[in-house]
Amino acid sequence: MTCTDPESLHGIAWLACYLSSGKHMLFYSSFGTVLLLLAITAPVSLAFGFMGAMAARAGFAPLRWLGLAYTSVVRGVPDIVFFLFFVIALDQGIEYLRHEALCPGWTEPVRQGNDFIVCPEAKAPLSTAPQWVHEVYNFMLAVFTFAIVFGAFAANVLIGAMRAVPRAQMETAEAYGMSRRQAFWRILVPQMWTYALPGLSNLWMILIKATPLLFLLGVEDIVYWARELGGSKNPRFSSYPHGDWRIYYFLALLVFYLALTKVSEVGLGRLTRRLSHGQATAAGEAMRKAGA
Amino acid sequence: MMMKKLFTFGAALALTAGTAMAESHAQTVRMGTEGAYPPYNFLNDAGEVDGYERDVGDELCKRAELSCEWVTNDWDSIIPNLVSGNYDTIIAGMSITDERDEVIDFSEAYFPADPSAFASMSDSFDGTGVIAAQTGTIQASHVASMEGATLIEFATPDETVAAVKNGEADAALADKAFLEPIVAEDAELMFAGDDVVLGDGIGVGVRESDGELKEKLNVAIASMKEDGTLNTLIEKWFEGMKGPY
Repeated sequence: MTCTDPESLHGIAWLACYLSSGKHMLFYSSFGTVLLLLAITAPVSLAFGFMGAMAARAGFAPLRWLGLAYTSVVRGVPDIVFFLFFVIALDQGIEYLRHEALCPGWTEPVRQGNDFIVCPEAKAPLSTAPQWVHEVYNFMLAVFTFAIVFGAFAANVLIGAMRAVPRAQMETAEAYGMSRRQAFWRILVPQMWTYALPGLSNLWMILIKATPLLFLLGVEDIVYWARELGGSKNPRFSSYPHGDWRIYYFLALLVFYLALTKVSEVGLGRLTRRLSHGQATAAGEAMRKAGA
Repeated sequence: MMMKKLFTFGAALALTAGTAMAESHAQTVRMGTEGAYPPYNFLNDAGEVDGYERDVGDELCKRAELSCEWVTNDWDSIIPNLVSGNYDTIIAGMSITDERDEVIDFSEAYFPADPSAFASMSDSFDGTGVIAAQTGTIQASHVASMEGATLIEFATPDETVAAVKNGEADAALADKAFLEPIVAEDAELMFAGDDVVLGDGIGVGVRESDGELKEKLNVAIASMKEDGTLNTLIEKWFEGMKGPY
């Protein structure tokens, strides 16, 4: 079967050719982009959250203020504002620092009216770089931005979880002669996950649903391609003319997102059971009784 | 001996790499377009930028001796991303208007001021009622200034036509060259009311500080007008249109 002359094809053969066009391949690979974003963003956000929570509990006041400022400011700013403003600021910040470092002899101002101009060597990435480098760079900016936003929420969840670990556990650790640091890492951290998990699993679900924001950051995600492919195609500009098919593409996205959240629910349920094991919580107690 | 050979080889490599980089440096121009406005610009079945502006842009780059890279960007943020330097030109069916000229600069027009038309499902459309247009276009600001018309805006031109089809809007206002193939294909749609000529033609948008690039593009556009290349391309992409240059 060849797809060189789609007009002569009908039914399944036409559909098979249509669904394997170059543009559809880009659509399918954008699912990978979304999954990759989730796979990288989740652990990075958790790391940001953990650092934020540790900072917010720190004994050293300025560090504590920093941690509290991070969680309250980032959580208070609407996501979309953050995504529109922060990313441009971050990109220009990186270019400005590179400009200062790489082009000391440059005399023209960086801001000229509306324009933001750095020397060609300071562009991030260089304008000579191939397109995929630009795409990877945009993707990294997206991961970083998502991680900051979701890290702030995760920090708040983790602060709560750390407080929820029974005080008696820490007192016992101290009675055994552990230092504050030892008690934190050996007693508090292993036990806090069971309290953090409900909040973190909420965040994970919200993160999955927030991935269409990628398009705002110039990353061509599944929503972009669904809209592009679903829009009506004229026979003069496409070998596969069709009407407005957006509904079918968006239904496919609906199925994808529902499947992803369902799989997550099952996975998180298992994790919850595992973390409850041997814990001084109602769930842990129930498991102990069932096992006995 | 071996060491020396290696050293010379390494130095030669570094030297060639250095000059190659310096050469390509001055010449790479990133071309920003929307990719959703046939026949001006759209993504073809292979997912590449195609259309009248692709042909014009590639020819401009050849004549101005620039190496060009095509980038697509959402229409909404196409100007902010130009001024912050994510690409170097906007070649996206963007009409030259005074409002835009305050923020960016335009090359000479590579496409004349084209009439905009109303596409509607009823021939009784009289220029009043709900009219759909793409956000941030000359058509949207024209509808906003029309007596008795309510503007609804959409992010992509395709959605404005979809709004007419599903009854949300009485008509869509867009470049006639964009609507013409759609109306020709669709039995329910027709042109209604009078066409309006908006803007001063379509030019390549560049940063105000990028005078040198603008000069190069102007020279290339002038030469394409002179030898009839632009006319040929217009006749290729816009059915039934005579090249005006």
